[in-house]
Formats: sequence, structure tokens, C-alpha cells
Amino acid sequence: MIRVGLRGLLGRKLRAILTAFAIILGVAMMSGTYVLTDTIDKAFSTIFDESYAGTDVVVSGKGADIDFQGTSATAPPVDESLVDEVGSLPNVEAASGSVSDETNTKIIGSDGKAINTQGAPSLGFGIDPSPEAQRFNPLNLVEGTWADADGEVVIDAGTADREGYEVGDKIEIATIQPKQEFEITGIAKFGDVDSLGTATFAIFDLPTAQKLLDREGQVDSISVAGAEGTTPEQLIDEIQPILPADAQVRSGAVEAQEDKDEISEFTSFIEYFLLAFAGIALFVGAFVIFNTLSITVAQRTREFATMRTVGASRRQILWSVIVEALAIGIIASVIGLFVGFGLALGLNELFKALDLELPTANMVYATRTIVVSLLVGTIITLVAGLFPAIRATRVPPIAAVREGYTLPKSRLSPFVPYIAVAVIGLSLSLLGYSMFKDDLDTASRLLSIAGGVILLFIGVAMISSRLVRPLAAIVGLPAKAIGGAAGKLARGNSVRNPGRTASTAAALMIGIALVTFVAVLANGMKASNREAIEDQVAADYVVTAQDGFTPFVAAAGDAVEGSPDAEVVANVRADLGKVGDASTYVTGIDPQTILQTYNFDWKEGDDSVVQNLTNDQAIVDSKFAEDHDIAVGDTISVLTPSGETLEQQVVGLYEPPPFYPLLGGVSVTTEAFDSAYDRPRNQFTFVNVPDGASDATTESLEAAVAEFPDAKIQTRADWITQQDEDFNQFLIMLYVLLALSVIVSIFGMVNTLVLSVYERTRELGMLRAVGMTKRQARRMVRHESVITALIGAALGLPLGIFLAALVTRALQEFDVRFSIPWGQLVVFAIIAVIVGILAAIMPARRAAKLNVLRALQYE
Amino acid sequence: MTAMETEHTQSEQSTNGAVVTAHDVVRVYGEGDTAVRALCGVSLDVERAKLTAVMGPSGSGKSTLMHILAGLDRPTEGDVAIDGTPIAKLGDTELTKLRRQHIGFVFQFFNLLPMLTAEENILLPLELAGGKIDKAWTDSVIERVGLTDRKKHRPSELSGGQQQRVAIARALVSKPTVVFADEPTGNLDSTTSHEILDLLRESVDTLGQTFVMVSHDPNATAISDRTLFLADGLIVRELGRATAHEVLSTMEEVSKL
Repeated sequence: MIRVGLRGLLGRKLRAILTAFAIILGVAMMSGTYVLTDTIDKAFSTIFDESYAGTDVVVSGKGADIDFQGTSATAPPVDESLVDEVGSLPNVEAASGSVSDETNTKIIGSDGKAINTQGAPSLGFGIDPSPEAQRFNPLNLVEGTWADADGEVVIDAGTADREGYEVGDKIEIATIQPKQEFEITGIAKFGDVDSLGTATFAIFDLPTAQKLLDREGQVDSISVAGAEGTTPEQLIDEIQPILPADAQVRSGAVEAQEDKDEISEFTSFIEYFLLAFAGIALFVGAFVIFNTLSITVAQRTREFATMRTVGASRRQILWSVIVEALAIGIIASVIGLFVGFGLALGLNELFKALDLELPTANMVYATRTIVVSLLVGTIITLVAGLFPAIRATRVPPIAAVREGYTLPKSRLSPFVPYIAVAVIGLSLSLLGYSMFKDDLDTASRLLSIAGGVILLFIGVAMISSRLVRPLAAIVGLPAKAIGGAAGKLARGNSVRNPGRTASTAAALMIGIALVTFVAVLANGMKASNREAIEDQVAADYVVTAQDGFTPFVAAAGDAVEGSPDAEVVANVRADLGKVGDASTYVTGIDPQTILQTYNFDWKEGDDSVVQNLTNDQAIVDSKFAEDHDIAVGDTISVLTPSGETLEQQVVGLYEPPPFYPLLGGVSVTTEAFDSAYDRPRNQFTFVNVPDGASDATTESLEAAVAEFPDAKIQTRADWITQQDEDFNQFLIMLYVLLALSVIVSIFGMVNTLVLSVYERTRELGMLRAVGMTKRQARRMVRHESVITALIGAALGLPLGIFLAALVTRALQEFDVRFSIPWGQLVVFAIIAVIVGILAAIMPARRAAKLNVLRALQYE
Repeated sequence: MTAMETEHTQSEQSTNGAVVTAHDVVRVYGEGDTAVRALCGVSLDVERAKLTAVMGPSGSGKSTLMHILAGLDRPTEGDVAIDGTPIAKLGDTELTKLRRQHIGFVFQFFNLLPMLTAEENILLPLELAGGKIDKAWTDSVIERVGLTDRKKHRPSELSGGQQQRVAIARALVSKPTVVFADEPTGNLDSTTSHEILDLLRESVDTLGQTFVMVSHDPNATAISDRTLFLADGLIVRELGRATAHEVLSTMEEVSKL
């Protein structure tokens, strides 16, 4: 039986290859994702291990533990004098202080603008360049020397490459201080890591860094090496007693692990995100396998019947089909595994092209990647092939004698519509549960959504064969109108075997449904975003950081005031804070100017509350207040990362737009903010100008912040457009990832068409014999393909819209709009037509090339 | 053969032990008004080591009869037994075993598996059954059908006649109790038909193989030991060894009934 199965495959190599492709792509995506994320993880791991390689323990400031939406608060610095104190301890061999900052160091690129790190760290370091301190230095000089004086800097190799900077060049760097000129004395790398993605670093000597990053007389951390034979624990015991209350000492290993854990969360997220798309491709692949094997089984009815007559048991028949499925699954998984390795490199390039680059080192090919990829691919093929295999066992021996014997409908056949409705019902309840139940953890929620969506697709696919006839009538109208006789025949052919047409269309339906879902949801989000901003912001101009969302130096906001055109300048400070055990953003607003640039939607209180806001008062956003039981009149304690607390009396509650609130949970005066936060930064600076936005005014404002290249001046309209564009960039990435599933379904369509042409060989011969030309034969096949594709679109578009509506409803609390981008949907329909045409190319040629005589004799 | 000789043969059969017996077999398709009675009560015995042919006009029920005798179809009423074992109510597993050991088939359209070689097709029943394969025996069967030098070829590389030889070898190789042949020459030209029929006759004579054959071809029945004529679901005539001429005239008679 194994021989029968395998030999059967070899005899139909083309078909086998096309079927295998369905799995290859999904497995490739999976293995590629694993390789990519493993490699990124390793790169970061290496960075962190290297950072603490020569360090036994680290002394740093003990900040408050504040974590909000994935961002942690930075720890406060310690006094510089502590370095010598620690250094003079008996078991301490060396101690070196350093300054480090993640967000304030902006290197100016060759285009004169600050390099946009897209949210990745823009690192600034101040380290001791002396040889004795090098043991603590995680960076390796590739060229040149360490910065040793004012005006010198060492930058990362990646930036040097991209901007074309070399040792000896003079570049500008802006920090908390306005931009200054530095000479590049060296180029460095983190250990062996080739690229840090979009992150940059600049290394100064310690005194320079202290000046630039507002750390005069302070250091951010002290790296300590113990005397020979001293363990980190011993060192900790020795150092702890001499530390002030707001400092802590931890082993290098612990520090490294903490950093690694933080990054792991991030890479896990990317991993699951990409694996979801791999899963989608595999799901579509399963459809294709199921469809192809079903058709093959139907076509080999006589063969199976003959085998039964010579004594094959049902189980042996089952095995012969399963062997085929297994063979395809294993081979496809192996090929997919290796294609995935190539894909990992490709994905990296994709991210680079979309400015979302991530750090990479040497590619990591883990055992887990190999095992999981092979298992998943094989098992999915096996499961998909199980149903056709079972159908094959139902072939009765008598089918061997009868000509044109068709498989009897499976015993379940009359119940299929009811089962389909039940499946759809089940899926809807799963989806409803996952989206509307309140206290579900994220994992369960996502799993139930995934389960619900899968069931929905399966249910719709089951019922779709009933819809083929009416749908084909509609989408086949163009074929009938412009296709002539060939078109009419094509329309008829599509409904001959509604089950088969439906299965093929279903594979495409999934891809289109998902793409539609993404498009509709994103459109709604863009609309919500726009409205939220338009409702809140009354200013003519908005100043943000280059990447649009990280905070920028407060001094830049102050500089704007220097412009003659700036009538009203409202700075909005922002940083992390904690009220009780609730973390949130705390904003600092200027009572004199904020009201002219920002619209408050009051719940309790009014504008006068802000106008008269004193340094010990605060206004709170109503949602935060509700969630944490805060009322007007209460006094709240706001904990800042440096450990300081603000005691504020709540004097007003305002309603923030749920989708994109620009202010934090708690807002205080700028003065109060500056007193509690070290190195205050602005989230926005809103600017009003006398005669509204104009090019001249823009120029004048830009001139005012010339010293702070990280600051970006945009009109309100431009700012909104920019956000739309950022959305679109993300959308494109999603489309590309979904395109994979569409490609898989194309293979499915090609396969089905080839099989269908083969099956109708005699019929085609007859048509050609009575006068159909080669061109008409091609056209007929092409029309059939397009009709099938359009049926897929006709099913997928409404499904996608429905899913988007469901999710929009579920996200009600965030006020996501529901807005259908009709233009895009039309584009998707056109893409379906193109898919149909593409899929038909090879089968159409085969149909046309038939030798008429041989086809007529074909049995 | 005269009627007396026919009777004589019948009594001989009961003492020889019938290989296949049918008793009052009825086959009805469909229900109610549209019911079709393909067989209206057929009884017969198939004698060991003899070639029994079944003939009749289109619609006479001959194919239906053979399908039932061969266990491919179940009768609506009546009993069928192969080598004494009743098969009308057997389950699938038992029927499968029966097919491995007791029943062979030769089809009109050869029904070879296209991806296996001639030799592999021939050995298929033995491999499905498992157990050791007697190479000497299988080689002799291949020799007997004259395909020793083509045994490594695929069906697509063989002529119609050669393919049918492969099919016959496949049927013979498991030494079945009875081989059922459904229009074995239906798809062959007259010269090749003769060769195939000679081969079948030879298998009866030298191997003692029992055959039941359904055929249109009068030449086919000329090699049979006994020919049964069906019309409208009933056996109406029977001939012993007869010439093609005699068969044709009987056919004419029968179709006028």
C-alpha cells in the first residue's frame, strides 16, 4: 500500500508539487519567524551579556517601580562622590561611574535633521576612556579612539554606515542641551552585533556627557569589579551598607537578566504576531490540501474499487491515501523549513525597507524551529487529508465495473447545511464571548477569537456550496456578456460541481476576508484618530519629536517662544507616574496658555478650574478617576520615578476622547511637574499664531527650534495627515503578510483547475471537435477561474466587513469608528479578478493544447 | 447439446460439488411504481473447473446476476454461496477476505493500476493479503500469459491485449475458487479477442480454474463448457458446449421470448 501511495504521487508529480506548495509557504513563514525572533533575541542577549561582562555588581539609583503600557520609568542618578567611596572599599578592585540615557541623544543625520529612530533608543553614554575602565565597557572600538575631551564623540557603526560618517568628521548632536558640534574620534559596536536596528548611540567622555545630559555631579550607574576571588554576593554585602537610601546594588547577572526579560516580552510579541500570519497561511493550505485530495479521490474511484475487488481492505485503502498525504506533508515541511530560513533574511529586509529594522546577529537555527515546523506542516496535511482518505474507503468494489461511477454523497451530506449553521452559531458565540466578556486574560481572549474565526471560516465554507449557484449567476454576468460562448460555458461549468467550486473559492475567501477586515478596521481607527485630535487640539501648530510620539526636551518648547510669530505657546510635559498602585502618564500643563490650544470636555468643573490651577492641585481624566475611585476634592499622591511624591488636590474631572487622549491620567501645573521630575520633557508643544498657519510662519517657527533638531514643527492638519501615513505604513506590512495566504490559495485554484481540465478531457475534445478554437478554450478556462475567484471575493468581502463590525463593537470603549473604505474594497475585488486570471494561465494552456483525437478516445 | 445431455450435466454437477450456487435470487431496484425487477428468481450452480458463460440481450440482467454471484452486489431476495459459504449477508471484512482467496476478477476495461508495472499489478492481490509470495508460481503465471519479457512495463506501455493478459494473470495468481470475467473481450479487436479467449480456455484445462463469464461475444461462449441464457431476469435456456452458430440461433430465439 505504501508503494501504491507513493507511486501514485510520482505519477502525478505536477499535482503533487502544486499541492505541496500550499504547505511549503505556511511552514516557511513559521520557520522564518522563529529564526528571525530567535536571532533578534540572541542579539539582544549578547548585548546585555556583553554590557555586564566585566562587571561583578552595579550600583544605581533606586527609582519607583512604575510600568505603563510597556514603558518603564527610568531610574534616578546617584551622586558622583559615591564612585570613590565604593572604589575605596577593601574588596573592590575597580569602580567606574558612567552616564547613560536612552532617549535624549539625537544625532543629526547627513540631511541636517535628527535621525529618526522610530521609537528605538537613541542612546547617549558618558564613560571613562582610560584603559583601566575598559573592562566595564561593553562596546568595542572598530576604528579610532574613545572620546577623551569636550567636543569628541564615538558613534555606532550602523549610523556611521548609513549616514556616511567617518572618523574625523564633524557632526552635530542635540541632547538636553541644544545641538553642538562634535568630532568623531571613533566608531564602535556592541560586541559582535552588526546592527542595532534603528537605534543609535553616541559615546562621550564622562564630564561631557554629564553636561549634555543634565547629570552634573551625578552618574547613572557605577560598575564595580571585585578583587580576585570575591563573589558578587560578597561585594553586595560590602557595598550595601554605605549606600544612601535611594541607591541600590545588584549583581551584573541580575541586571543583565532583567534587561533580557524586558526584551523577551517585546520579541515574544513580534513572534506571536508573525506566527499568527503563518497560521493563517497554513489554515488556507489545509483547505487547499483537503480540496485537492478530495478531487483526486473522486477521480480515482475506479482505481480504489479495483483494489477492493482484488482484496484490499478499507484500512488498506485508507492507508494508501494517507501515505500520499504524509509524503506531501513531510516533503513540503522539509522544503518549507529551508525556504523559511531564506524568508527570515527576507523579512529582515522587509522591515529594513519599512524603517522598522531590528538588531540582528548570526542567524539562530534552533532545534525547536526544526521540530515544530516539520511537525506542524505534516500534521496539518495529515488532518486535512484525513477526510478525503475516509471518503476513499467508501468506494464500493462494484464501482470497478461501472463506467462513470460517481462517489455516493457521504452519509452526512443531507445534514451538511445544518452542521454548517451549527458551526457558524458556535463560532459566533465564541467570538461574542471572547470580545464582550469583561474579565478575560489576553491569552484566553486571543485564543477564543482565533477559535471563533476559524470555525466561522469553516462554517461559511461548508454552506458556501449552496451559495455557488446564485453567486455564479451574478458574478458570471460579465463572463456571459463579454465572454461569448466560452463565457457562457464557463458559467455553467462553475455550477456543475458546486462543492468543488465552493472549496476552491473558500481558500481565497479567507485571504480576502482578512484583508477586508484589516482595511475596514484601520479605516475606522484612522477616522477615530482624526476626530479625537480635531476635538482636542485647537492650536495652529503642534511641536513633537521627529518620530511623533516620544517626548522631547523641554528646552525646545521654550525655544519656540523665541519666534516672533508665536502668539501662544503651550508646553505639555509628560512622564510616568503612579497614583496608589495605578501607573499612568502625568502631564504638566501651563494654566495661562493651555486653554487657548486645547479643548477640555468637562465632566465636573470648567475652564476656570484650569485657569486658576495652583501647584498643589490636579485635574484628572474621568476614566482614570472612575477606574481608581477618585473624586473631586480628594487628595492624591503622585509617585514619580525618582521617588518623589506630589500631593495634589483634585479640582476637576474632564472626559478624554477614548481613542487618543493627548493628556495623561493626571495633569498638574508645569511648575509642579518640573519640581518633581528630573529632566522634564514635553510630549507636545501647541502653538497659536496670529493669522493661522502659513509657510512663512512655519519657517519662522522652525528657525526658532533650529538648535533642537529633534523637534518637529507641523500644522495641525499636517500632523493628522502624518498619523494617517503612519497607520498606512503599518497597514501595508499587514497586507504583505496576508498576501502570503492569498498566494497559497492561488496554488489551490491552479490545482483545482488543472484537475478539472484533466477530468473533462473528453468533453473538451468534443468541444474542440465541434468547432471551439484554442483561444475560446483558453477563454473558457480563464472565465471559470475568474468566476471562482469572484465567488471567493463575494464571500470574503462581507465576511471581512462583518468581522470588522464585530471588533469595532467590542472596542466600543475606545470609540473606534466604523467606516467602510469602499474604494479599497473595489481594489480587492479587482485583485480577485487578477488572481483568477493568473491561476488560469497554465490550465488554460493545457486545455488549448489538447490533442483532439486522443482526447475523444480518452476513457 | 441436446436437452437430455443438459440434464445429464446437471446431475453431474451436483455430484462434483458446485463452486458457486444461487437459489431464487431476486434483485429489485428502486421502490413502488418505478421499481425495476432486474432478476426475478434465478437459481443455478456453477461447476468446478468448468467455464460457465452467461449471455442475454441488453437488460436481461446478466451483469446484475454476475455482480451478485461475485459478491459485489446484494440480492433483494435469495441466497448465494461460494464454496459452500453463504455470501448474501456477509459483512465487508469477510467479503474482503473472500476476495483475497476465493474470487478473482477480469474486467472489460482491464482496470490496471496505472502507476504499477505489469508484474506489480499481477502480484497486488498477494501483497494485499500479506504472507509469503511463491516466486516460482508467480513467475509461471506470468509465463503462462506470455508476458515474461514485458513484466516491468507500465500499463500505458502495453497494448490492450497485453493489458488484459496482465489482468488475467492478476486474477489467476491467488488461485481463487472462481474467476468472474465481465465482458473480457469487450474492448479488444477480434484477433486479440481470440487470443484472450484461448488463454481463458487454457486456464480451465491446465489449471482447473473455474470461470464465470458474462459476454456479448458469441465466440466467447464457443469456448465455454456451459452457456446460460437470460431474458427479463430469468434463465430461459441452457446449452452445453456449442458452436458460435448454435449460440447465435439460441440468442435469436431467446430475444423473441
